[in-house]
This record gives sequence, structure tokens and C-alpha cells, in this order.
Amino acid sequence: MKLFSKIYQFLFFLFLYSPIAILIIYSFNDSKSRVIWGGFTFKWYIKLINNSEILSAFSNTIIIAVVSSVIATVLGTLAAVGIVNTKSIFKKVLINITNLPMLNPEIVTGISMMLLFVFIYSKTGFLKPGLLTLILSHSTFCLPYVVLSVLPKLRQMDSSIYEAAQDLGCNHFQAFFKVVMPQITSGVVTGFMMSFTMSIDDFLISYFTSGTVQTLPLTIYSMTRRIISPEINALSTVLFVIMFTLVIIINIRKGRERVKKSNQHILSQFIKI
Amino acid sequence: MTIVLSVMNFMKNKTVNKKLSYKVIMVPYVVWLAVFIVVPLALILGFSFTDLSGNFTFDNIINVGKYSNVFLNSIWLGFLSTLICFILGYPMAYFISKIDSSKQNIIIMVLMIPMWMSFLLRTYAWMTILENNGLLNSFLRTLGFNGLSLINTQGAIILGMVYNFIPYMVLQIYSVLIKIDNSLIEAAHDLGANRVMTFIKIIFPLSIPGVISGVTMVFVPAVSTFIISKMLGGGANLLIGDLIEMQFLGNTYNPNLGSAISLFLIVLILICMGIMNQFDNDDSRDKNIVI
Repeated sequence: MKLFSKIYQFLFFLFLYSPIAILIIYSFNDSKSRVIWGGFTFKWYIKLINNSEILSAFSNTIIIAVVSSVIATVLGTLAAVGIVNTKSIFKKVLINITNLPMLNPEIVTGISMMLLFVFIYSKTGFLKPGLLTLILSHSTFCLPYVVLSVLPKLRQMDSSIYEAAQDLGCNHFQAFFKVVMPQITSGVVTGFMMSFTMSIDDFLISYFTSGTVQTLPLTIYSMTRRIISPEINALSTVLFVIMFTLVIIINIRKGRERVKKSNQHILSQFIKI
Repeated sequence: MTIVLSVMNFMKNKTVNKKLSYKVIMVPYVVWLAVFIVVPLALILGFSFTDLSGNFTFDNIINVGKYSNVFLNSIWLGFLSTLICFILGYPMAYFISKIDSSKQNIIIMVLMIPMWMSFLLRTYAWMTILENNGLLNSFLRTLGFNGLSLINTQGAIILGMVYNFIPYMVLQIYSVLIKIDNSLIEAAHDLGANRVMTFIKIIFPLSIPGVISGVTMVFVPAVSTFIISKMLGGGANLLIGDLIEMQFLGNTYNPNLGSAISLFLIVLILICMGIMNQFDNDDSRDKNIVI
């Protein structure tokens, strides 16, 4: 049974990783063919660095990701604070509407946004599809992730602490930033990180709301539709290495936090004794 | 007495104030939801029932009927790939949940890393493998076999769907499996159940919520995709997603028909989720009996 389990896992990961491995190996292929091996080279990487189309798409992607995840984080955190403190049908309605973009297929969210922007543009001349519409649509589909990662932290919090801060003379802002914020920071950061990665990775919604502006996934898509050059393999390798290191760093950090927490736990027990 | 009254008054005001401020901080969010979620969905509804000049019509809805074969094809391919994801993913989730907990995190990380790579690139990788002059075929030819036509088939589309979405299935099932109380399994063994019986009677019923969320996480993107069918299916295998995309960005610009098709897609997915929830409820009742 154990052997079977090991073989199964091995085959599963072979299936998951072999296409990626092939992409990476062929990014070093000197011939332009995707099958024949023509020797080792870095030339596709050099071409990649000099490709202005990809570089501008990359900077667009980063700008959109940063701005829209900031918007989503601010709006979402405030909304979560509000939602926790309202007790009515209103709250249920709000949470359900918040979840809509997560339940709907992405293509539906994409075309609904496109309809909105085209509609506004045709009536008023504002909001021509471009960078701004991309930011607006990315903020929208990131919002639920922020709300859903902040809400549980707020629910864990003792609401009387906030009242105590106010009784001790804090105004709303001070009470929020000095008392509430430190307790929900981890949820806010998680929401921000999720928004950021979702925004960088998004293709479908950008596809319908971008106009002529290119983001990295859009450029990759148009590259796969045209004559294919091994540059795309080089690009995938770079992206894969970046993602791989990011995931590892996040996990190491998490591991450290866990160690710290368990140390604190031990310490607190000592103090109790 | 007056002091007490004024203090009470002050406190009252304060609570009123507080409630008001909670409402105030939600204003931007509510406006945002209304403008960017509710209005766009309302626009889909509106466009479905109007023609190009804005008059009310049922034509779009009726015209969707012409594409019933596309709908059936999408549902069939989505169903098949979800089934394969379940059959291949369940054992994987089960095996991962059985290894040492210290190694589990690493395995889960390894499982998630491909998901962080753009699914366009993952699908592109399969393109290079399955092409007529691709890696697989040239490998077969060097072995002396004839090349197979692999790309632009339904099989290629299913493969692309399974490859892209199977990690979701594994993760959802795994997250439920590790929460199962070990003492339940021990109790089953003590009461004479062998491993197979324990799995059928205890582990599988308890893991159904994970299976259901896994199924929805695979089926919804699979049934609405247009990238996978475009890249691996060629032009011949049209799916719902392709149909919608064509109405908005393709040659046949017709947002009214596109909205109507999207409306059907939303309804289709709502029905599927309703059916899924039904299963979930039934099983939670069964679970209580089992325990």
C-alpha cells in the first residue's frame, strides 16, 4: 500500500511537472524548433530582455496589480468592519453580493464589466477601455478576497476592546488604527497578497476590459496565437522561477512565524507557572 | 438626577453616532458593489432582452436554442473532465493525508506551485507536446510507430481541463480529509470494520463536502472556458465560452446574443450548484446517523 501510494504520487507529480519541465528545457534550445535540440543557448533570454512589448506589458501588470490591490484592500477592510457591526438582512444581502464575482464564471464577470464600460463610454465618453478600466475591474474581482480574509479576524476580536478604547478617550480613527487594526493586520495582509497575485495572474477579465492596453497574460496569449518563438519559453521560465522563490519565501516566513508562536506559547506557559 | 440623565443622553448619542459611522464607512463599498457588480449583471439581463436598437425582444433568448449542441458539448466535456479529476484526484488527496504531517506541507506546496504559473503557459506547454509534429509524435515516430493526431480533438480539450484544474480537486478533498477525527477511524476498526469498510462507511461519507467543493471548482471553469478549447481544440470544437467570446470580441459582434448566452450559462451553473448543495445536505444527515 505504501509503495503504491509512493508510485501514485510520483506519477501524479510527473504529470503535473513534465509540461513545465519541457517548457523550461526548450527555453535553452538553440534551434527555433520546438522538438529538435540544437544545442544550449541563452539567446532567447537576451531577446526577452530587449523585447519592449513584453517589458511594457510587465510594467502595466505591476501598476495595475499594485493600484487595484490597494483599492481593494482599503475598501474591503472598511466594508468588513462595517459588515461585522451591522445586524440585519442588509448584512446578508451585502455578503451575498460580495460573493457574486467568486460564484460567477470569470467570463461572465468579464463581459458584464465590458458591457458597463462600453455603455458608459458610448453615453458619456468617459472610461475608454484601458488602464483605468483594468484597475476598476481588477479591484472589483479582488474585493471579495479581502472581505473574506478580514471578516474572520474581526469576528475573533472582542468588540468591547473597541468600546473600551473609546471610553478611554480615543476618537473613531484612533480607536480603529490603534486597537482594531493591529488585531486584523494578518487578515488585511493576506487579503492584499491574494489580490496582488490574482491581479497579476488574471487573463479572462483583462481580456474583455483592456481595450488596447497589454498586460503580461494578454501578451502571452497573443504570443501563443502568432508564430511561436522560444522567447515565450524563456518568459515562462523566468515567471516560474519568480513564483517558485516567492512561494518558498512565504512558506519559510510562515514556518518561522509558527516557531515564534510556539515559543511564545511556551513562554506564556512559563509565566503562568 | 439631571447628571444621570445627561450622561445617559450622552451615551445614547454616542451609540447613535457609532452606528452612523459604521454606515458611513460602508458607503464607498456599497456604491462600488452597486456600480461594478449589480449594474453590470443588470446590463447582461437588459441586453439579453433587447435588440441592437434597444427595443424589447425575445429573439436573443430564442436564438440561443440554435446553439443547444454547443451547450451539450460543453456540459459533456466539463462533466467528463470533472469525473476524471475526481477519480485521479481523490486517491492523491487520500495518500497525501496519510503521510507524515511534517512532509504534508511540502507536498501541498509542490502541488500548488504549478497553479501559480499562468494557465495560458501551462496550456501552451501541452500544445507543444500534442502537436502533429510535437514531442509526443516525434517520440512515437522514432520508435517506429505512426504519428497520432492528438491536438484539435476533444481528448486534448479534456486533457487540458484535467491538467489545469485537478489541483483544485485534490486540495479541496485533502483539506476535508485531514480534519477527520482519527478516533472515528479507530472506533470503526475496533468495531470490526476492515480498511475497505472503514473507507466506505466512515472516510468517504465524511469527505463528501470536500468532493462537492472540488467538483464545483473544476466544473465551473471547465464548462465556461474558451482558452483551452481554442488552444488545444482548434476551431472545430466550439464551447459556450468560445460562443460568448465570439459575440463580444470576435467577428460576429452581437452583445445582445452574447448576453443571452451568458444568462443561460449563469442559470446552468446555478442549477448545478443547487443540485450539488442538495447532495451536501443529504449527506450531512447521513453523517449524523453514521456517527
